[in-house]
Amino acid sequence: MSLNPHAKDAIASHELPATPMDPALARAREGKIKVAMIGLCGCWGCTLSFLDLDERLFTLLDKVTILRSSITDLKRITERCAIGFIEGGVANEENIETLEHFREHCDILISVGACAVWGGVPAMRNVFDLKDCLTEAYVDSPTAIPGAKPTIPFHLDLPRITDKVYPCHEVVKMDYFIPGCPPDGDAIYKVLDDLVHGRPFDLPRSINRYD
Amino acid sequence: MSIQITIDGRAITAEEGQTLVDVAADNGTYVPTLCYVRDKPCLGTCRVCAVSVNGNVQAGCTVKVSKGMVVETATPDLIDMRKAMVEFLFAEGNHNCPSCEKSGRCQLQAVGYEVDMMVSRFPYRFPVRVVDHASERIWLERDRCIFCQRCVEFIRDKATGRKIFSISHRSDKARIEIDVELANAMPPEQVREAVDLCPVGTIIEKGVGYDDPIGMRKYEIQSLRDRALSTEEGKP
Repeated sequence: MSLNPHAKDAIASHELPATPMDPALARAREGKIKVAMIGLCGCWGCTLSFLDLDERLFTLLDKVTILRSSITDLKRITERCAIGFIEGGVANEENIETLEHFREHCDILISVGACAVWGGVPAMRNVFDLKDCLTEAYVDSPTAIPGAKPTIPFHLDLPRITDKVYPCHEVVKMDYFIPGCPPDGDAIYKVLDDLVHGRPFDLPRSINRYD
Repeated sequence: MSIQITIDGRAITAEEGQTLVDVAADNGTYVPTLCYVRDKPCLGTCRVCAVSVNGNVQAGCTVKVSKGMVVETATPDLIDMRKAMVEFLFAEGNHNCPSCEKSGRCQLQAVGYEVDMMVSRFPYRFPVRVVDHASERIWLERDRCIFCQRCVEFIRDKATGRKIFSISHRSDKARIEIDVELANAMPPEQVREAVDLCPVGTIIEKGVGYDDPIGMRKYEIQSLRDRALSTEEGKP
């Protein structure tokens, strides 16, 4: 096992040896609808909105098990999931890999929030050249240390950032969209509850918001 | 002269020459409109009010009703066409609702809700159009402009009647312009009128920002649909 991520025998966090799950817990999870959620280039505000489901989460958890979220922080999902929630847009190579991985392993993939839907606040850089953004941040930055050699970060371990910020559906097929910055917990609940109970996706006008 | 037309199969009595979207609204049928301002000359720029008139798709605000007219507003094709028009406008400019002062008071956003838009089917263009802040009280956020021409036609210099706003260039180079000298001569209430008339967040009054709390903003208090269907003055 190597700590160098580029070594041939390098392993990712989801491949690390883990204690087997308690058999009773594993049995209780069987038959539940598997859900995964991850953030790409965003602020995690949509995840906080998910937590705004409050006690409604508990009734949902009778039917649903959340395989991947900010709580487990696995980089990859290890089992096929019925529903994947994607927060944030695509701004670097790692985002592309992660999004493609989720597309491959989720039956239904949902763009949650303005960043996933159209790029959101990070996409404000789309009206500038990437070169100018990096120069502004690292070379001509007002907080640059006088006399220090300006350096734009570049390393094999750092994902290369894309020329523009892309909505998720311009990278892979997305099935549904929940706009909002962030969407209300009510909107996320409505969508998840409908899908879990076999009803079609429907986001009523009363809870569809763009801000 | 009173005439009979049908809207979605319903017989309706109207006055000949009335504007179709007004007749529809007065009879409880909401057709989403965006550039149209009731009781002002029709602009016909946004095409969001597409309806079928005697089998032909037309912008409802440009149509004067006439005897025996057969109007359809709610076929799946028309509903999707109107939604596509709104999605097109969202993809064409930079409509960043979370960071816009006009959010909650923006007619483009409100009409987006009315047509059940969640995402644009068109690729987002992210156009580069520089902000014009040369005038004393108006901040011109050009990348939010949808070229409805409301300000161009309806906001004019009080003394001379000259246009204060105009559109320069064409196609994807088109952009809204402001005559700084005339803009600086605008009385404060006319500045506010221009800000309210702008259906997006292009014309912004300097020094005024997010002044209404979320939940208390114009279209949160009363939706665009309810405003259009209400009998009160001063809608939407």
